Amino acid sequence: MQAEPGSSAQTYNYKVVRQFAVMTVVWGVVGMLVGVLIAAQLVWPQLNFDIPWLTYSRLRPLHTNAVIFAFGGSALFASSYYVVQRTCQVRLFSDKMAAFTFWGWTLVIVAAAITLPLGITSGKEYAELEWPIDILITLVWVTYAVVFFGTIVKRQVKHIYVANWFFGAFILTVAVLHVVNSAAVPVSLWKSYSAYPGTIDAMVQWWYGHNAVGFFLTAGFLGMMYYFVPKQANRPIYSYRLSVVHFWSLISLYMWAGPHHLQYTALPDWGQSLGMVFSLILLAPSWGGMINGVMTLSGAWHKLRSDPILKFMIVSLSFYGMSTFEGPMMAIKTVNALSHYTDWTIGHVHSGALGWVGFITMGCIYFLIPKVFNRERMYSIKMIDVHLWVATIGVVFYITSMWIAGVMQGLMWREVNADGTLAYSFVQSLEATYPYYVVRFLGGLLYLAGMLMMAWNVYMTIMRPSQDRLETAEPAQA
Amino acid sequence: MSNAWSIYIIVFSLVNILGCLWLIRWTSKKRTDEAGQGDVTGHTWDDTLQEYNNPLPRWWLWLFYLTIIFAFIYMVLYPTVGNYAGILGWTQTGQYQDEMDEAEKSYGVIFKAYAAKPVADLAKDPQAMDSGYRLFLNNCATCHGSDAGGLAGYPNLADKAWLYGGTPEAIKISILEGRNGVMPPMGAGMNEQQLETISAYVMSLGGREMDDAKVAQGKTQFDSMCSACHGATGKGNQALGAPDLTDNIWLYGGTPGLIKESIQKGRSGKMPAHRDLLGEEKAHLLAAYVYSLSQ
Repeated sequence: MQAEPGSSAQTYNYKVVRQFAVMTVVWGVVGMLVGVLIAAQLVWPQLNFDIPWLTYSRLRPLHTNAVIFAFGGSALFASSYYVVQRTCQVRLFSDKMAAFTFWGWTLVIVAAAITLPLGITSGKEYAELEWPIDILITLVWVTYAVVFFGTIVKRQVKHIYVANWFFGAFILTVAVLHVVNSAAVPVSLWKSYSAYPGTIDAMVQWWYGHNAVGFFLTAGFLGMMYYFVPKQANRPIYSYRLSVVHFWSLISLYMWAGPHHLQYTALPDWGQSLGMVFSLILLAPSWGGMINGVMTLSGAWHKLRSDPILKFMIVSLSFYGMSTFEGPMMAIKTVNALSHYTDWTIGHVHSGALGWVGFITMGCIYFLIPKVFNRERMYSIKMIDVHLWVATIGVVFYITSMWIAGVMQGLMWREVNADGTLAYSFVQSLEATYPYYVVRFLGGLLYLAGMLMMAWNVYMTIMRPSQDRLETAEPAQA
Repeated sequence: MSNAWSIYIIVFSLVNILGCLWLIRWTSKKRTDEAGQGDVTGHTWDDTLQEYNNPLPRWWLWLFYLTIIFAFIYMVLYPTVGNYAGILGWTQTGQYQDEMDEAEKSYGVIFKAYAAKPVADLAKDPQAMDSGYRLFLNNCATCHGSDAGGLAGYPNLADKAWLYGGTPEAIKISILEGRNGVMPPMGAGMNEQQLETISAYVMSLGGREMDDAKVAQGKTQFDSMCSACHGATGKGNQALGAPDLTDNIWLYGGTPGLIKESIQKGRSGKMPAHRDLLGEEKAHLLAAYVYSLSQ
């Protein structure tokens, strides 16, 4: 076992972890609230009140940016800063730079919340923010990389823990993706045009888009999983060699999967096929992560009965396995011909986003909050359990309604009459989708309700009377 | 794609897959110097974090191999890497053409038979009109509405007013070749007062009670500025697509404000050509359907 220099939490920078952890919850509530609103707009279109800022078209990118980059991003900052310090046994490389990443990232999110409703957008999915904000993102991200890798370099432990491989890959790749995809020619302060023409732009966009899923929403959160699952279960990771195989195969294969978003389009045939083939090979590496997480719990299954945080983690791994099976399947051309442009895609994304990313984040935050605020445990363990069930039912409502709706839409669009004319018009398929939009809205509402329980629980934990606090005072500066 | 790019793609993608293959072969082999099954690797992080070194689950390994084997077979059969076309000769445009040919074989005769009948007769054939309605829903309803009642800027096809003529021939030409309607902006060199009087005259044409003095002044303006297209009496000109202003049907809205806007800023309407999309025979059937709506 390694010696522990300083040998206590006092050497760690928990301030930035606390900031990001709290903002994870705040942005989670905001982002999911916007999601529920636009889900409601699909059922009751008048809910945009004829105000341009509240139209679906402007709030949808606000929702995606808020949940992916504000909620998910804050969770990744918080957990990676916590994990890299704990597993390297050193304080962060630079407190000032870490503080800059927090305030810079917050500024990015606020700028997004202002510009997107105003209709200022570059029009690239998941990269809608205009060039001045893109530059700020780049500065924050490079600083993040310096803090993270700087901490790794000065580590007191010989070996680099597996969680840090994933965090490292996530940070490096997102930097490359963001810079390449956002390359644009500005024509004014708030308008720019992509540097790439036509189909090439579409391909760069989805190379970015799918790797945003692969690195931001997968590799980063796998890093989270590799620390918090074994910690919470108090069990060793199942297999080191599985970590090695699935890490390298995952990060190399993901790079090629983007073209499956462009099946049967102007993208050349070979590109489409390549995207499909690599997506299929990606199945095993993805499941490698799930196996390593789930099997880590073997020998600790009984803990699932009493520990709702561990339940969040096992549910998230199940959804991870499910959506990474669904993804390769949807990349197959014949399946894609049915599923593309339908709500099935929305269901797929949310089984990954709500089920995997959301649940692992919630598990991690419930673990982190007491640790970094010096509390013995969360204020209400019972409430964590209620949150788990409400959120699980919410996800199930959401994804099953979107599955059914999506397959129904795909079948309706291709149905032909005896004379070869299409059996249904688009509006008819939309009408048929209405009940499913209602169920989806309810699912989203439940998920949001769970998030509000979490917010209350986090608030009560932090504000808890001082006698419940742990002995240890605020850690002093190293 | 140049050969250099083609080779680049082939090499890069194959190296990645073969690299994964090597990786799983290498890690699934047991080596003597490392921890066995059930033992931890010996490293510890953050007090409690350890790792077992369990072997790769066999079923998972087979899953990995199977997807790689599938990938190689697919790559041989279909265009996947660079310029190599695959032995099946598949292309997406080829697949599209095959499906279209197949459809033509099954359904072509139906539309050929319809095309042989004159539009006016076809409009009375209920079965043909069912087909026509379905074509309308998927090709026309987006702009003109499911009931063909139109919207601001998109003409009502169910009434008797026609911008370009309501004869079977004229309707068919509108569908096949499209139409471009342009009302030029007349606002330059026109003050608020003049806009007021000319719009008063235009509204009086549609039968509205307007101030006589304004109408009289507006008529002089109309005669010099508008009559060339809309005609001396405001009845319009179907050869130009200039609307009849006397029928109280307003393509872009009939409120005083919208009429003023039309005069001041002009309007442009575009009916896209559907020849390439539908072909002559389906356009013939659609013309009959549209024709039937106003009969």
